[in-house]
Order: sequence, then C-alpha cells, then structure tokens
Amino acid sequence: MSAVTTDIDAPVGVLVAKSPGFWSNVLRRLIRDPVAMIALAIIVILVLIAIFAPYIAPYDPSKGSVIRRLKPIGTPGYIFGTDELGRDMLSRLIHGTRLSLIMGVIPVPIAFIIGSTIGIIAGYAGGIVNTLIMRTIDVFYAFPSVLLAVALSGALGSGLTNALVSLTVVFIPQIARVAESVTTQVRKLDYVDAARASGASAATIIRVHILGNVLGPIFVFATSLISVSMILASGLSFLGLGVRPPDAEWGLMLNTLRTAIYSNPFVAALPGVMIFITSICFNLFSDGLRTAMDVKS
Amino acid sequence: MINLVGEPSPILPVGERGGPAQPLISVRGLLKHFPVKGSGFLKPKKVVHAVDGVDFDILKGETLGVVGESGCGKSTTARLLMQLITPDRGEILFDGESAGETLPLSEYRRQVQMVFQDSYASLNPRLTIEESIAFAPRVHGVPAAKAIARAHDLLHRVGLEPVRFAGRYPHELSGGQRQRVNIARALALEPRLVILDEAVSALDKSVEAQVLNLLLDLKRDFGLTYLFISHDLNVVRFMCERVMVMYLGKVAEIGERDAIFEKTRHPYSSALLASMPKMNPGERTLEPPLSGDPPNPIDPPAGCRFHTRCSFAEDVCRQTLPPLSRISGAQSAACLMAMTNSGHSRAPVQMEA
Repeated sequence: MSAVTTDIDAPVGVLVAKSPGFWSNVLRRLIRDPVAMIALAIIVILVLIAIFAPYIAPYDPSKGSVIRRLKPIGTPGYIFGTDELGRDMLSRLIHGTRLSLIMGVIPVPIAFIIGSTIGIIAGYAGGIVNTLIMRTIDVFYAFPSVLLAVALSGALGSGLTNALVSLTVVFIPQIARVAESVTTQVRKLDYVDAARASGASAATIIRVHILGNVLGPIFVFATSLISVSMILASGLSFLGLGVRPPDAEWGLMLNTLRTAIYSNPFVAALPGVMIFITSICFNLFSDGLRTAMDVKS
Repeated sequence: MINLVGEPSPILPVGERGGPAQPLISVRGLLKHFPVKGSGFLKPKKVVHAVDGVDFDILKGETLGVVGESGCGKSTTARLLMQLITPDRGEILFDGESAGETLPLSEYRRQVQMVFQDSYASLNPRLTIEESIAFAPRVHGVPAAKAIARAHDLLHRVGLEPVRFAGRYPHELSGGQRQRVNIARALALEPRLVILDEAVSALDKSVEAQVLNLLLDLKRDFGLTYLFISHDLNVVRFMCERVMVMYLGKVAEIGERDAIFEKTRHPYSSALLASMPKMNPGERTLEPPLSGDPPNPIDPPAGCRFHTRCSFAEDVCRQTLPPLSRISGAQSAACLMAMTNSGHSRAPVQMEA
C-alpha cells in the first residue's frame, strides 16, 4: 500500500460478517434456562386466562347463591368450591387474574420509564444535580414501601386508578436509585470519555453509549418488582384501598374469605396460592434474565 | 495527508495556519487541583495538586514523550489537553489559537484525539467495531454510509480486515486488536494531535512492538503529532523526538531525546534513567537510585518538589522553587543546580561584569 492515499482502497459496501448482538445472545441463553422458561410459560398461561376469562370461566363470577355457600374443594360442578356468597371460586379466580395482573404489572413499566429517566439524568449529570435529585428521591425511599403505598392510596382514596398511581410512585424511587448507580458506573468508563472527546452532546452520548449499557440491569431489577407489585396490590385490595367488591381480585378475595378461614381453610387460601404462584413466576423469570445477562462473551 | 472528505478548502485548515515553526500546542501555566472528598466542611479545604502549573510546547510533527512515576500528573495533563476536565487556570494554544475561545471547542476536538490505556473499557461493548469508529464522524455530520466507509478504510489501515472485523463486538477481539480499533477510532476525525495515554502499556511485548510500528507508520502517512505518555523509558526512547519528565504535578525537565537520555541535568531524571532495566548484566544497578515514595500531592513540600528525595538537596532547595529554565536550545530543567547564580553550591557561577 502506498504511503499516501487519496481514495478509499478498502473494500466498501461488501457484506460484513456481523456477530450476534448482545440481546440475541441473552435470548439464546434464556431459552436454555429451563426454570426461566417454565416460569415464562406459566406467566403466558396466566395472561391468556386473563384475556379469555369470560370464555373459560364456567359460571358468572358475581352470581351467588345462598344455598351453595362455602362448599369445599372438590364439590361436583364446583371443583374449587364456593365463597362466602356462594359464588364459584374457579370462575372468580379466573376473572381475578385480570385485575390482579393489571395491578401487578401496569405500575412497573410506568415506574421503569419515569425512574430510569430520573436516575440516568442524575447519574450522568453528577455533582450538585445528582445530589439534589437523589436526596429528594431518598425522602420517598425512607418510607417502607408498604407504608408508602397504603398512605398514598389512603390519601388519594380507594379505587383501581388511585391504587395504580400510588404503586407507581412507590416504585419510582427504587428504580431511580438503581438507574443512578448503574449510570454513575458507566459514565466513568473510557468509552464515554472518548465519546465526549469526539464532541458529542450529552443527549447523543446518553442515547448511544449510556442507554444500551444501563437499561439491561435496570430492566432486570424492574421485573423483580412485578412480584412485589402484585403482593402490594393485593395488600391494598385486602385493606379496601384497591379494587372494590363485587369485582374479583385475589387480594380482595383473600379479605372477604378471611371469615371462612376456620370453616373452610383450603378455599380461603386459594387466592393466596394464586398470588404466590404468579409472583414467584415473575421472580424466577427475572432471576433467569439476570443470569442470562450476567455472562460475559 | 489522507483526504477522505473531498476537495481541498481554499482556507488553510486548523493546525496549518500558524506555519511549521509555530508549535501545534502551547500549554501555559496549566493548573488543576482536585478537591479532596470530605474536606472543606468544618475542616480546612484540601486539594490534590494534580497538575500544578505546567508549561510545554508540542511541535508540529513531533512525538513528545511524557514520563514520570504514577501520580505525577501525566494522565491529568492528558485529560486537561483533551478538555475532558476543565483546568482551574492556564491556557492551551492550538496553533496559536486559544482553545475554547478563538478556536471553538468542537473544532478543537476534531483536531485532538486520545487513545486510552484500557483497550476494553474504551470501547462500548454494545456497539460493533465499525459503529464505534463511525460514531465520531456521525456526530460531526458525516452521513452514515460515508462514516461506515471511513471506518472500513481506517480498519484496513490499522491492519484489521474490515470484512472480518467490522461487524464484531469488542469482547471478540484480543487486546492488541482492540487497541488497533481504538487507534482507528481516534483517527476517524482526522486529528492533528493524538494523545496516547499509556496506549501500549497493557499489551504484551510482541504485540506492543507491532502497535508501536503501526503508530509510526500512521504518523508518517497522516502527518500526525503525538503526545506519548508512558512509564516505559525504552519505548519512549524508541518513539519520541522530545521527552518531558514530570514530578509531582510539575515539569522537572524537558528537552530533546538525546539531551535527556545522554546528559540529563535534573537529579530526578537521572534517577529515573538509572532505574531503566539494562541488557548488559555488568551494568546492572545494585542500589536503588531513588528510595521512598513521592510526597503526598495534597501537601507538596515547599521549595523544590524533589528536595525530600534528592541526594544533592541543600538549604536553598527547601526554600526556592526552581523555575523551568533553559539550559541549552535543546533542553530545559527545573533544578537549582542547573541555574546560574541560584545559590546552590553546585550551580554554575557567573561573575558580575
């Protein structure tokens, strides 16, 4: 090759062998993880149940009968028994999937977007901006999450929307904190300095160099919050701050059935079992995701 | 000069305006003190004197080597030059124009690029090689296809076949290959000055030699100027025309390579040179030329910075801070022993007429 070249002599426009990207590698490892896949399958089944609830449920979930009250599990026609108003438990559990999933899942992505934005800005800006934002966040963080959710719902009044708002507010500080710490770490790396040295604006650096490297860990943390959100949402409904009767929601069902805990304990425990299964599936899936993303190369 | 953009512009490009005699970079009184965390609140404010008033020139087309112990301010100087951290005081003149004032910062950044020591940390793990290299031109408004074409050309120039490497991710490359990518990335904006901050220190010896030769080739082909920071004196001797020795945030000695390596005038430089590993077993140093650690840069000693470890230190050294003074056309040193009538018993004396 001559010392001085004025034209581009490298092959241009040739097909470049592209290596599989980070996310396709994560996906490949995730698919090989049996626990995460089983958890994901159960989550998918629950979502399908929620979507097709009216077609699956054998009875109307709000239609009761005084003569069929508190039938035990295994009663012919009512395999999961009936509740304190004689409504079919299976139908109510199926319909309850809808509200329970909404209340568990909806607050997390909203909090993910808001919390990540706050945390990434604080982490990238550093210095006094970081201190101001993070100390404000710490005020919310100081409350135990259950207490904060209950207090906010109580102040806003009961109802589905208010419960969703208060759950979102509870999760924003937690996600912002994780986002801030990950961003602070990434910001110190040489490739961010190299990007700054090339004259790129802060917005471009965040978009190209920060987001791709911080969203993964924040996302994993956020998925683990879904199970917490499910439990908190059930708690709010149990306290009468979330969904109101006669709507079917697992937390609310736990509340109304607590009077039957001595006479018919297995039926009374069923909504709790559902909450447990759902939240543990979200937890296992997020664990699998974390492992799949942890591995280098 | 490689010209990837197109027609030559009628106006002289930045970096050519001052003519060949004008230094490419003139640094005057550069100073950076980092506040110590936790100090200043109900306690006296403490600062680390990382770079404490540094003057030097980088001439056009030369390689200036910077040597010194860890913590002497080499990397901080590099980052100040890169404008990654803002200096507390001092001025950086790029070809006679003040960076950030008469020369806009974005224009300055096109002209000065940097290669970092850690080849892995300096590449975004989520971007392919070609995306990393094409990023800076894209920021400066080069269309995507053209930026990628330039990235491929540069990969070719640093000895990585674009067909094989352009679509790969950093973790799929070896350390030497990654450092080649970093060099290509630094060249993507067609800079005049490339700062190499320990750029070859993390590579093993055979790869290091390849990369050094590559750097020399690129310098010749692209008409580059290097600031070469290293702790390996043999490499500095091989690469550099001029050498700057730093000690505790100050320039101890600066001059042409042969002047520094053959007849150094600063006791710190001679200690540093004496610590160089020798090939000849008969010339091995038996006693350490210098003992102890450098003083804490939070609280640097008064007078000459080096007097606490210098075997020639006298009372005057504890009181007077020696300025960097010219000894010959090729060499300047900051030592009272090299200054006429400085009061040191070994200083040259000149009679009053």
